[in-house]
Amino acid sequence: MTASTLEQVRNVASDILGIPADKITAESSPETIENWDSMQHLNLVLAIEEKFGIQLEPEDIEQMKNIGAVAAVVERLQSAAL
Amino acid sequence: MSDSISNPAPAEQNPSNLRAEVDGLIAQGAFDLAARRLAELWRHDPASGTANFVTSRLDELREKLGGKLALTKFKLAILRSFTVEPIVPLLRAEAFIYGIDLEVHVGDFNTYVQDMLDGQSSLYRFAPNAVVLAVRTGEAAPELWRDFADLAPEAARQAAERVVQGYEQWIGAFRKHSQAALIVHSLERPSSPSLGVLDSQSEAGQSGLIRQINRELLRIAEGFRGVYGLDYDALVARHGSEHWHDERKWLTARLPIAASYLLQMAREWMRFVVPISAPLSGRTVKVLVVDLDNTLWGGVIGEDGMAGIKAGPEYPGAAYQALQRALLDLSRKGILLAVCSKNNLDDAMEALEKHPGMLVRAKHFAALRINWTDKSQNLREIAQELNVGIDALAFLDDNPFEREQVRSALPEITVIDLPRNPLEYASAVRNCAAFERLTLSSEDQQRTEMYAAQKQRAGAEQNFQSKEDFFRFLEQEAELEPVSELTLARVAQLTQKTNQFNLTTRRYTEPQIAELAKQPEWHIFSIKVRDRFGDHGLVGVAIAHDQGEQCEVDTFLLSCRVIGRTVETALLAYLAESARRRGRKRLVGWFLPTKKNAPARDFYEQHGFERQKTDGAGSLWALDLKSSTLHSPDWIKLKVTTETKPGGMN
Repeated sequence: MTASTLEQVRNVASDILGIPADKITAESSPETIENWDSMQHLNLVLAIEEKFGIQLEPEDIEQMKNIGAVAAVVERLQSAAL
Repeated sequence: MSDSISNPAPAEQNPSNLRAEVDGLIAQGAFDLAARRLAELWRHDPASGTANFVTSRLDELREKLGGKLALTKFKLAILRSFTVEPIVPLLRAEAFIYGIDLEVHVGDFNTYVQDMLDGQSSLYRFAPNAVVLAVRTGEAAPELWRDFADLAPEAARQAAERVVQGYEQWIGAFRKHSQAALIVHSLERPSSPSLGVLDSQSEAGQSGLIRQINRELLRIAEGFRGVYGLDYDALVARHGSEHWHDERKWLTARLPIAASYLLQMAREWMRFVVPISAPLSGRTVKVLVVDLDNTLWGGVIGEDGMAGIKAGPEYPGAAYQALQRALLDLSRKGILLAVCSKNNLDDAMEALEKHPGMLVRAKHFAALRINWTDKSQNLREIAQELNVGIDALAFLDDNPFEREQVRSALPEITVIDLPRNPLEYASAVRNCAAFERLTLSSEDQQRTEMYAAQKQRAGAEQNFQSKEDFFRFLEQEAELEPVSELTLARVAQLTQKTNQFNLTTRRYTEPQIAELAKQPEWHIFSIKVRDRFGDHGLVGVAIAHDQGEQCEVDTFLLSCRVIGRTVETALLAYLAESARRRGRKRLVGWFLPTKKNAPARDFYEQHGFERQKTDGAGSLWALDLKSSTLHSPDWIKLKVTTETKPGGMN
């Protein structure tokens, strides 16, 4: 995983969850971030799709258990599109 | 895509720097500048993440500034059959750049029927200014959408009728409980009808019946004031059904719209919210000021000459003709056009008058500023010449530098961010919510001609020895009548838009005016004015309220294009006369000062009223109707239609 994908995901998550980007790590998850509820998860998914120009399948969304996993899914879909 | 209105040239600053700058400015207490940077951030990067940032900082600014946030508060309720929550931040951010602080209430899934029928529901407790009824075909007409193949033709027709009856009943109930505007989504047609191409061979097919429902919905909307149709079917078609929809999100999260189109849904709602909120903000964009070189035509007239500039039916001139057509459409809606261009006057006028490919000509422009002066100075002059506030101007220019300069010198102006590709210019103008209107009066349609006549009048005025001679020469005729069905829209519009000659600046919507007109103690008059140069149309409104022995002037306003020609005296004299006829002894009225109504400040004093008191809100004036000698000037020919209350309105 490149740092830049992770960083971009952290920035998007920062906007959506209302938390400074430097407080968000690859391990941040709904368990560690209080207002990361199901509606915020949907918002995050939509913002990620929009930002990276990708379409996430329900199975992809299933895998997005923490920020690092979100970045991994993004990278996989991006490289598949190449 | 044609949705480039706020996707302009790349940001000079990258968005994350702008975020840090906004936070820094808020921390320093520089709230105005923070708000401007926040708007800049949204214009440069209108994405979901940005929307959440913008709305969270907007909430912070509101909290820090208390009641002093310079935005118009507006409450919008969304009744829905699908997930709209992710659209809300986009909508609020988009509203913010139109100067609106939007509070949104989202109804529960598919509870719109009980919400509308029950006068105690959370919908009505929220007291919205406007309500969106966003229901999809699958929920509004499930039989027609899902089970169409199983329906006999007669059963299908009956199903369609039931859908229409349902809407009619809910909307009627809504109007009983609320005066708020209602925006009703039309039903979309299936992109793949159940019988394939066979479906389009009959009006009674799946698509045909849904089309029929939509026609009926419009008929229902037309029967109520303040109920409007949003053509959801056309919106989906504009962007393409296959792109617009995301079946995965629908099945997993009840969100039918793909991530990249949520913004388009928000913008479509804004095209309604902006004109509906105009009465509250007192702000309507009335003039579009356009640049010439590389905006109205391709190329630079001073360098390329008449033969070199591009405007015509072929590419690339066709892009500019398309823009010109969009401008002409705006002028048909009553939006004035003006030119502000750095050019030699003769070069530019030759192109405007004689270039064979031009659809707009000099006569279409109410004001021209073709010179080498700074654009913001020219824009100030145009506002002055046309008697409108700076905030009534919009500015269209291909040059990002000019746009930024105007934006920073005159932040009240609506600056349209033109995309780089001229083929997208026309849709950038057409999609701008600032130009949307929900009703159109005949005055709106003739406004450009009226301003041309006004130019002649101003020329004539200089040749007279006395004002009185000039007034006689004008041969003014005024027609006074109580508000009626025919004038209601214009009367409400004038209360909403008139800022300068307006004694109390009370804003009324159409339903409110209609309601007042039914009360026996309220009297609403309009005045139409004509003179030898042309017809001004309906330009003035007075609302009088009988209270025992006295009659209070609730509202008194005149469009600025007729003030100073004694029409105001004629209208006031008529108010006094009619109050006397109804047995009132005194005519009283407030002058409530605003930033813009200084022209009306001395009005009561000049007409023999005595000041009763002055408080924080304004001053109260009174005229003794027994001893008053107030009368209409003899150079105005008055035609009065007497009140036919209560039959006039229904």
